[in-house]
Amino acid sequence: MTTTLVFLVALLVVFLGWIVRQSINVKPWAAGGLQPSETDHLHPAATAARVGLGVFLAVITSFFMLSISAYNMRMDMSEDWVSLSPPLLLWLNTLVLVAGSFALQRAWNLARAGHAARLMPALLAGGLFTGVFVVGQLIAWWQVHAGGYLLTGNPANSFFYLITALHGLHLLGGLVAWYRVVRRVRRSEHIARIRVSLELCTLYWHFLLLVWFILFGLLLTT
Amino acid sequence: MAHTGHDATSYAPPAELPEMELAHPKTFIGKYIWSQDAKVIAIQYAITATAIGFVALVLSILIRLQLGFPGTFSFMTPETYLQHVSMHGMIMVIYLLTALFLGGFGNYLIPLMCGARDMVFPYLNMLSYWVYLLAVLVLAASFFVPGGPTGAGWTLYPPQAISPGTPGIDGGIILMLASLALFIIGFTMGGLNYIVTVLQARTRGMTLMRLPLTIWGIFMATVLAMLAFPALLVAALMMLMDLLVGTSFFMPTMMALGEQTGYQDGSPLLFQHLFWFFGHPEVYIVALPAFGIVSDILATHARRNIFGYRMMVWALVAIGGLSFVVWAHHMYVSGMNPYFGFLFATTTLIIAVPTAIKVYNWVLTLWRGNIQLTLPMLFSIAFIFTFINGGLSGLFLGNVTVDVPLADTYFVVGHFHMVMAVAPIMVVFAAIYHWFPKITGRMLHSGMGHVHFWVTFIGTYAIYYPMHYLGFAGVPRRYYAYGETGFIPESVVTLNSAITIAAVVVSLVQILFIYNLVWSTFRGREAGPNPWKATTLEWQTEHTPPRHGNFGKELPVVYRWPYDYSVPGAKDDFIPQNVPPEQVEMLPEGAVGAGR
Ligand code: HEM
Ligand SMILES: [Cu+2]
Repeated sequence: MTTTLVFLVALLVVFLGWIVRQSINVKPWAAGGLQPSETDHLHPAATAARVGLGVFLAVITSFFMLSISAYNMRMDMSEDWVSLSPPLLLWLNTLVLVAGSFALQRAWNLARAGHAARLMPALLAGGLFTGVFVVGQLIAWWQVHAGGYLLTGNPANSFFYLITALHGLHLLGGLVAWYRVVRRVRRSEHIARIRVSLELCTLYWHFLLLVWFILFGLLLTT
Repeated sequence: MAHTGHDATSYAPPAELPEMELAHPKTFIGKYIWSQDAKVIAIQYAITATAIGFVALVLSILIRLQLGFPGTFSFMTPETYLQHVSMHGMIMVIYLLTALFLGGFGNYLIPLMCGARDMVFPYLNMLSYWVYLLAVLVLAASFFVPGGPTGAGWTLYPPQAISPGTPGIDGGIILMLASLALFIIGFTMGGLNYIVTVLQARTRGMTLMRLPLTIWGIFMATVLAMLAFPALLVAALMMLMDLLVGTSFFMPTMMALGEQTGYQDGSPLLFQHLFWFFGHPEVYIVALPAFGIVSDILATHARRNIFGYRMMVWALVAIGGLSFVVWAHHMYVSGMNPYFGFLFATTTLIIAVPTAIKVYNWVLTLWRGNIQLTLPMLFSIAFIFTFINGGLSGLFLGNVTVDVPLADTYFVVGHFHMVMAVAPIMVVFAAIYHWFPKITGRMLHSGMGHVHFWVTFIGTYAIYYPMHYLGFAGVPRRYYAYGETGFIPESVVTLNSAITIAAVVVSLVQILFIYNLVWSTFRGREAGPNPWKATTLEWQTEHTPPRHGNFGKELPVVYRWPYDYSVPGAKDDFIPQNVPPEQVEMLPEGAVGAGR
């Protein structure tokens, strides 16, 4: 649970700091309008969509942190853990996922610069790379399986399949959002709307890339 | 709300959010079934939760009948007994209380009390309800599959939960785990709304420190839920894999019904850690909204400002944070390093400090208040009594040495029912009596309400108080029958029968309550917009019940905190949040002090 607790403590410290800042010099009982210096909202850049994404990412972080905690605890709690060496294909998959993030970032940059007409190829590339990554992960599963590391053979194997599956499922969920962006671009909706949804999509991808780095690192080092 | 004096708003910062576009459907189905209006979603949540809650109530009566009169009811076998206990616990904790406080009261009150037109993501909000309904249906389906629902206890501990011999391993447990996963997904959709709406959609002037404590409680509970539910999800997924594909995450090497199972070396303790990492915050997910709501009701019905508002907020946050570091107090008898036991006992006792602060502040709010013994107030006072009781027994259990003999006895059952079942349910009732006039425009019938209150309050004490003594006598929980157990005296049997009779009476009176709800919806006395003379924004809406969009053409502007009751010098004993300072009617000079 240490991993999870470290994450939670960090989160709570930020949260507490924020609440204390909001409350320490305030007299709640004093009536009157707001002085312009008082902040009653978050930073103007914090739109509802962005805050929503932030909260959602916190939930997913908690989810993966707990999975990692479970991984570590199961490893320590009994003697039967036999590490499996992840197939080399995972390195290639990692590159593909990085490429996917890059492609989406490029699409987002184009949207920010107002080039709605030119962002489609980059956007499609982002989805395509992601698809290739997921297929690559399936092939990696097949390789591991063929190498005799069965799902039920050892907890290390079980966790390998479990955490790659969880990560892949989150990407597949992301593809739904990605598809909605594609539809918006195809319908030539207003660039502002495209920009908002593309931004959320891209940030989600970067986040899942980071999660993958951590999970891959965990697989490599244990 | 129409504002006349707009000069004061000129120095309020402009609303950052453009007015939301709301979908205004015209058809009945669009308005009341596939609704995106948080108030309708709230009522859908409340009705569904109450319906499944009634199932759990009936189950509890069946459990009690067996315990009070063992051997009398032939339909009750050891298997069905365990199934009823398990489903009762899980439904009450998750599908009733969590859903009702957050999905029900959260949806109804957050937009109204923050001064917003609706939740920020209305579509997601609608989806949240439908996924919740699906979760409830999947859970209910487990009563009808071969083998019936799971009998593993609400804690679902492996290996027993998925081992042959435990009821429900053919289907019930799968449906239970699937239903939990659905619930968590649906809850996350709703939770995003609750958090972001509080952060982003407050109206002008509604600073964080002017939020009603109800909103603070619901907000913090949602934060806890969003971080804690993933632990249950991870545990449920891993348990499903153990069951369906034969991994050994949790399942040790073992024999079951005389045969060697295929499992190897899994760790049941790992499950307990994950479960209680969710499970302890879960008790506060239920408690924090209750804390918040009760604070507002006490202030309103005692016509007095809440004592120590900021301390109340900080205490909520502190309890929320601490509740993540006490989980292992549920595992004192599961085997752990004694130093851990010491550590967790310490954190557990520390959490009592902010909790006690809250209790003191409630009592101090009542102190010399102009207490109106309305039904919401009666239920709130009952809450304080019950909560103190349960909190004190929690302090007993928090100490390892005291807990070891008491663990898994009726003392624990008494503790958590006082603190987590009766206390929050008292607040649920208080809140319903308090907000029903806004939701329907009519008052609940007071005579029926008083019968409901006194029978429920005295009855629940008659049920749960004696359980502590059963615990001291060593009576274990989750036993179908005690038979000829040497250490269990005859008096225990008598006491159990008495408890059962009290339980039957208390459940019957809940039918009266439901009848009152239905009757008053149509026949109740007209309430008017603000029957309690309350200050918060939901009572200042143009229409009662509020229409889609909540407020009139303009959103209200907030000038003060929600606790301006009995302000010295003011003519009325309450000043609504949206009244600017220059519009407050004052008593003529010299009459000050005669106001009360
Ligand atoms: C000062 C406050 C509290 C303390 C020190 C405390 C302590 C404890 C301890 C040590 C146990 C484990 C007993 C055992 O299994 O042997 C326990 C069980 C429990 N507590 Fe509390 N508690 C407190 C408040 C609460 C609150 C506020 C709630 C709910 C709103 C709650 C709900 C529960 C439940 C549901 C269980 C039983 C779980 C089960 O085994 O099925 N407690 N408490
Ligand atoms: Cu606990």
